[in-house]
Amino acid sequence: MSADLISKPTGKNASGRVYHRPEDDHHHAGGATMVGFFIYLMSDALIFASLFAAYGVLSRNYAGGPSPREIFELPLVALNTGLLLASSITFGIGMQAMVAGNVRGVIRWLIITGILGAAFVGVELHEFSGLIAEGATPQRSGFLSAFFTLVATHGTHVTFGIIWLVTLVFQLNKRGLTPDNTRRILCLSMFWHFLDIIWIGVFTFVYLFGAMR
Amino acid sequence: MQDTSTISAVFGRLSLDSVPIHVPIIVGTFAGVAALGIIVVAALTYFRLWGYLWKEWFTSVDHKKIGIMYLVLGIIMLLRGFADAIMMRAQQAIAFNGSEGFLPPEHYDQLFTAHGTIMIFFVAIPLVVGIVNFVMPLQIGARDVAFPYLNNLSFWLTVAGAILVMMSLFIGEFARTGWLSYAPLAETAFSPDSGVDYYLWSLEIAGIGTTLSGVNMIATIIKMRAPGMTMMKMPVFVWTALCSNILVVAIFPALTVAFFLLILDRYLGTAFFTNDNGGSPMLYWNMVWMWGHPEVYVLILPAFGIYSDITSTFTGKRLFGYTSMVYATAVITILSYIVWLHHFFTMGSGANVNAFFGIATMVIAIPTGAKVFNWLFTMYRGEIRFELPMMWVVAFMLTFVVGGMTGVLMAIPPADFVLHNSLFLVAHFHNVIIGGVVFGLFAGMTYWFPKAFGFKMNEFWGKVAFWGWVIGYWVAWTPIYFVGLMGTTRRINHFDDPTLQPFFIVAAIGVAIILVGILGFVMSIVMGIVQRDKTRDTSGDPWGARTLEWSTTSPPPEYNFAVTPIVYDLDAWQDMKEHGYKHPKDGFVAIHMPKNTATGIYLSGLAVALGFGMIWYMWWLAAISFAAILVIAIAHTFNYNREYSIPVDTVARNESRRDAQAAARI
Amino acid sequence: MVVMNPTGDIALQERNLILLSLAVMLVVVIPTMVLTVVFALRYRKGRSPHLYDPHFHHSTKLEMVIWLVPLAIILCLGVVTWITTNTLDPFRPIERIAADKPLPANAKHLDIQVVAMDWKWLFIYPEQGIATVNELALPVDVPVRFSITSTSQMNTFYAPTLAGMIYAMPGMQSQLHAVLNHAGDSWGFSGNYTGDGFSDMRFRLHGTDQAGFDQWVAKVKASTGALTTDNYLALEKPSNKTPVTYFSAAPQDLYGRILNRCVTPGTACLYELMAKDRAADRDNGGIMSMPAMEHSSGTHPMNSTMDHHQMAHPAESGT
Repeated sequence: MSADLISKPTGKNASGRVYHRPEDDHHHAGGATMVGFFIYLMSDALIFASLFAAYGVLSRNYAGGPSPREIFELPLVALNTGLLLASSITFGIGMQAMVAGNVRGVIRWLIITGILGAAFVGVELHEFSGLIAEGATPQRSGFLSAFFTLVATHGTHVTFGIIWLVTLVFQLNKRGLTPDNTRRILCLSMFWHFLDIIWIGVFTFVYLFGAMR
Repeated sequence: MQDTSTISAVFGRLSLDSVPIHVPIIVGTFAGVAALGIIVVAALTYFRLWGYLWKEWFTSVDHKKIGIMYLVLGIIMLLRGFADAIMMRAQQAIAFNGSEGFLPPEHYDQLFTAHGTIMIFFVAIPLVVGIVNFVMPLQIGARDVAFPYLNNLSFWLTVAGAILVMMSLFIGEFARTGWLSYAPLAETAFSPDSGVDYYLWSLEIAGIGTTLSGVNMIATIIKMRAPGMTMMKMPVFVWTALCSNILVVAIFPALTVAFFLLILDRYLGTAFFTNDNGGSPMLYWNMVWMWGHPEVYVLILPAFGIYSDITSTFTGKRLFGYTSMVYATAVITILSYIVWLHHFFTMGSGANVNAFFGIATMVIAIPTGAKVFNWLFTMYRGEIRFELPMMWVVAFMLTFVVGGMTGVLMAIPPADFVLHNSLFLVAHFHNVIIGGVVFGLFAGMTYWFPKAFGFKMNEFWGKVAFWGWVIGYWVAWTPIYFVGLMGTTRRINHFDDPTLQPFFIVAAIGVAIILVGILGFVMSIVMGIVQRDKTRDTSGDPWGARTLEWSTTSPPPEYNFAVTPIVYDLDAWQDMKEHGYKHPKDGFVAIHMPKNTATGIYLSGLAVALGFGMIWYMWWLAAISFAAILVIAIAHTFNYNREYSIPVDTVARNESRRDAQAAARI
Repeated sequence: MVVMNPTGDIALQERNLILLSLAVMLVVVIPTMVLTVVFALRYRKGRSPHLYDPHFHHSTKLEMVIWLVPLAIILCLGVVTWITTNTLDPFRPIERIAADKPLPANAKHLDIQVVAMDWKWLFIYPEQGIATVNELALPVDVPVRFSITSTSQMNTFYAPTLAGMIYAMPGMQSQLHAVLNHAGDSWGFSGNYTGDGFSDMRFRLHGTDQAGFDQWVAKVKASTGALTTDNYLALEKPSNKTPVTYFSAAPQDLYGRILNRCVTPGTACLYELMAKDRAADRDNGGIMSMPAMEHSSGTHPMNSTMDHHQMAHPAESGT
């Protein structure tokens, strides 16, 4: 224990050991938030891992129904991937604005990120409605159940990310870059990039590999 | 026609027929519960305790109070789960020679499902989480957990799950599918009623609470240890709490997903676990056991931590082989993840797959065996004081090794082929859960009770509880091992073979003895309160213990430590005592603490409504509850003013009162 | 205690394995329990104060022993496990009639098809062309091969006197090889809970010599009523406490259609669906084709005795 930490050695005793320091506050400085949120994300990653595993087990069970090659529209999915990747970049630019202390910049780039995210969800819903109209419903086969559930769970996460993002824009607008808000931006940023990584997995293992079958 | 569709739009599939007024046992139970409820509510109202409970407990974010509330929840649910156990044992003791007993299958099947579900999710988990919540922050010298508000929410979500399970007793029914609700039995085709839906929604909600609690505890241990407390100076209980919560965070997602997919199958007609349309029931089994096996280590590891702390306190010695204890814990944590297939060796995996999982399972016995020897050699050359907590430790060691042995036995696939799903298996896991987890929880509750309340539990009744449980366990479960070897499978409602009956009668007597143990435990709390002036602890260290939680007062102030302790040694408090540590008299500063909040209660109340709406197909209720949850959660984030300050004067006054008390005792 | 007094060679080996492993483990468990009691008494406060040593908390030698003793036990058991898991694998054909009776060179095994239903057991004897409900007759000292499936639930086929249990699963087939060494009657059960009628879902295991078995077959053949598709569909409906029933004849392809879930006329069989699914993929199943699904259900009805079950199984995966 370095001596400079101990500003007021109240607990000194015969052996010369110092048993406390009278400082305070290190408990609620929010340092644990990033660690905690990261652990939560790891737990969420395991949710996706389980869904990927379910998809892996069921992905060849078409039950006589449509196969991935027949139903996946890669150009549409590529567009979607582009939208989500772009939204990660715009979030990154927003983070730079945050470091620079530019509230307006943060808000602007967050809104752009949110619009890209909403476009992603919109395209996904369009894809789903097309599939269901063709008769490729989640009920049709184990493959389709697992496909819809994995992709829709990711889409639901993005939707919650957008709700969070909108909330944060209001809070930034009201209070600016306070330590609380900065911490929240950092958490949302982790969440958003996390969803991007998950999507890379979905794009590769579900869509690309599926279309190659 | 118009009428029925309006009614079903409002009430979904809920109707008066869903209330089981034709089943006398349930009506009687309901009358009893209602009478008790009215008495409690009336008493609380009469003594004007509602405001106190709401302000000081329900909305509290203090980890100590949340921990105690978890324990209260666990003990209440223990009474429910144990009532189920009594009925099952009575049924199996009398349902012979053509008698169908007093429980028809549709009721009996609910009982064993509810018993398992409640005992694991609403007794063992809340009791373990409660003790971790109360003890761990004190042991690491922290003022609270990393996310105090989240802690309150986790607790109330667990309560929400428990409320849904209890509701199923009186409105509709509970699942009749066994405690893990295996597919395809739990699919709509075979279980169309509300029972499985109660099961799924209550466990999803409670599971979210447990996962969040796990995140919270890990962050607390990583970030909030007192200065000087390196990882290898953490008390063993903190280590086991860390490993247990890492497991929670790592395994609950698998369960959440398994239940979620089953919900989709049941509500949307997807084909995850169905027999047809390309579903795979086996996928469900794998996913639930990927959770299920590590889950028992989530429970037993903190119990191991409790035994370690107690053994070193009551032998007056540092724990033997601390380092190997830590490594053993870590090894068990990792191994527990790669053994789940041993729950279905008989599903026809290849011999090599079975052998791999069998041997992986046995390997867990090595670190576990090392732990037992560590406790043993902590006793060696010690000065053992046989207070109640230490008695539980010795009873644990003698009981648990037998359960461990039968566990290794069943890890050998060809042996498991004749023991799987038999009552031998049921006896095995009760042997390790009761002899390992439950004994540990009682040891822990007895040990830390004076820390929590400032006085000890009553010793006489504590001994009644101890002997009731220990003797009761052996009388109740030894015969079950034998009927297992007689080829009796589990979950049977009635029997033809009269030679089994004596064994089941002995088992029923054993349960009656355990009942004495449970009542003894309740009495030891009641009499402890009544005679609290005799056993009051003014020193803060009534057992002569060694870890940091005993360096503060009993009960600790809301801020735990007026000044943050600095740690030099594994047994931090023992080290302080040996170095002639004196409590500080001045140098205090104001302390910032988190404010109470009712958001957790509101969210959990809405979660109950959401679950209830989904169970009974009242879509409007589910939609409104879900929207309200979102709105309240978002509104909560607009509250930036979450701390309050305890002035220096108050801290100084508290601390000088403590010194005066300690002086008066001497 | 039937598990401890089996009449079949496989169950006997499993019993012996249990006793052997218990003995090996007791080598360490008994001393541990004795030491616990001894230490608890000996080091009780005030009993032997001169032995109290608060600083005894580490000893490299002792800790080596602490880890090595369990390790040694587990090593022994691990070897035993590896060997017996292979020799007693239910999918592995019988290699001896009993410890003192080798398998005759020309030994022919008896094939029995087992179907777990809600809540009864259907046994089909394809060679004899008969079927029974809730009664299983076996000639002693004849190796038997059970092919096992289920109509709706995950059941466990469990005849404790004969051999260990194995799951019966809808759309999938598991196998059990066993041999009965002593005549006599005992019970078989479902080990896995399946709902309301589960408690009474059991069958009579009737062990007899070859002559007695032949008589029994003749008796079943003489009974009225064959197991037609219509009879089967009626039988498949959930029923409780179903009495023993004999069917004088059973179609050769019935079991295959049950396994492939296409007994009801007009239903597509699993093997047809799976063939269609594989045809939809250019890679014909790719890496997934080997383990899970191909073996899980796609059994052609005419090949229903092939060794198919749900997971990769080296001994059989060549089929």
